[in-house]
Amino acid sequence: MPTDFLPIAVLIALATVLAFLVVLIGHLFGPRRPTATKLEPYESGMRPYGPGQRRMPVHFYLVAMLFILFDVEIVFLLPWAVVLRQLRLFALIEMVVFIAVLLVGFVYAWKKGALEWE
Amino acid sequence: MTLVQILFLLFGLVTLLASLMVVTSPKLVHAAFWLILALAGVAALFILLEATFLAVVQVVVYIGAIAILIIFAVMLTRRVMHDTGPQVNRSWWVALLVSLVLFGGLVLMLAQVPALAGTPAPLMVDQETLLEDLGRALVDADRYVLPFELASVLLMASMIGAIFVARPPSGSEERSGER
Repeated sequence: MPTDFLPIAVLIALATVLAFLVVLIGHLFGPRRPTATKLEPYESGMRPYGPGQRRMPVHFYLVAMLFILFDVEIVFLLPWAVVLRQLRLFALIEMVVFIAVLLVGFVYAWKKGALEWE
Repeated sequence: MTLVQILFLLFGLVTLLASLMVVTSPKLVHAAFWLILALAGVAALFILLEATFLAVVQVVVYIGAIAILIIFAVMLTRRVMHDTGPQVNRSWWVALLVSLVLFGGLVLMLAQVPALAGTPAPLMVDQETLLEDLGRALVDADRYVLPFELASVLLMASMIGAIFVARPPSGSEERSGER
């Protein structure tokens, strides 16, 4: 039922309102006396170096890609797992085949060192 | 108008506006963020259609993974984050015409589907039954077992393809200092 998702909608609305409210109130009532130190990205923190928007290593792309693929695998696994106990052996074998094919890719990723983060 | 209809119009409007922002935002990163909002709107529409599993998949796969991948892909490029240019080129009106013809054709075609003509009736089965049916359909030899197994081949191919394209440094090749 869509009504089951009402709490989520309320939560999203509350979070959005709160996020704007906090910034707005700080903006309205907070005193603004900026100094050079205060305007640093990390006050009393690490001194930033280099441009903020630099190119990311391609490794992030690889990890995101692998994440998507295993995400999709979970999407297939879930409906199957819900009815697993009512299914025959055939269904189990089919899922084993499904995972075995994916395991080929997984082994490839492993052997190529795609999962390693130096 | 019932509450569900108002919500539908609201979410539909949000989705449409966000999609419009995706194609008109001058900055690619902003377009990616608007895309997340558009995908979230579609997830909300799925919930209104009582397709809750699809809604969760939409959030987990599309927002949680694909949108992030797009943002990573933007961050991989050197100058795209700063580029601001016109969003249309000389032949924008051709694209508009083609889109309108396609839209009109789809609407005409969908209007002839009998199930879509009348007022849609609420689904009479509960969500768990639907999910169980999906699970059975995936491994049923008479239904979707072949697409299901082919999906794993597709996933494996894209996994190997991504690794081959990104090609992580093997051994001590030159490591880029940027990170």
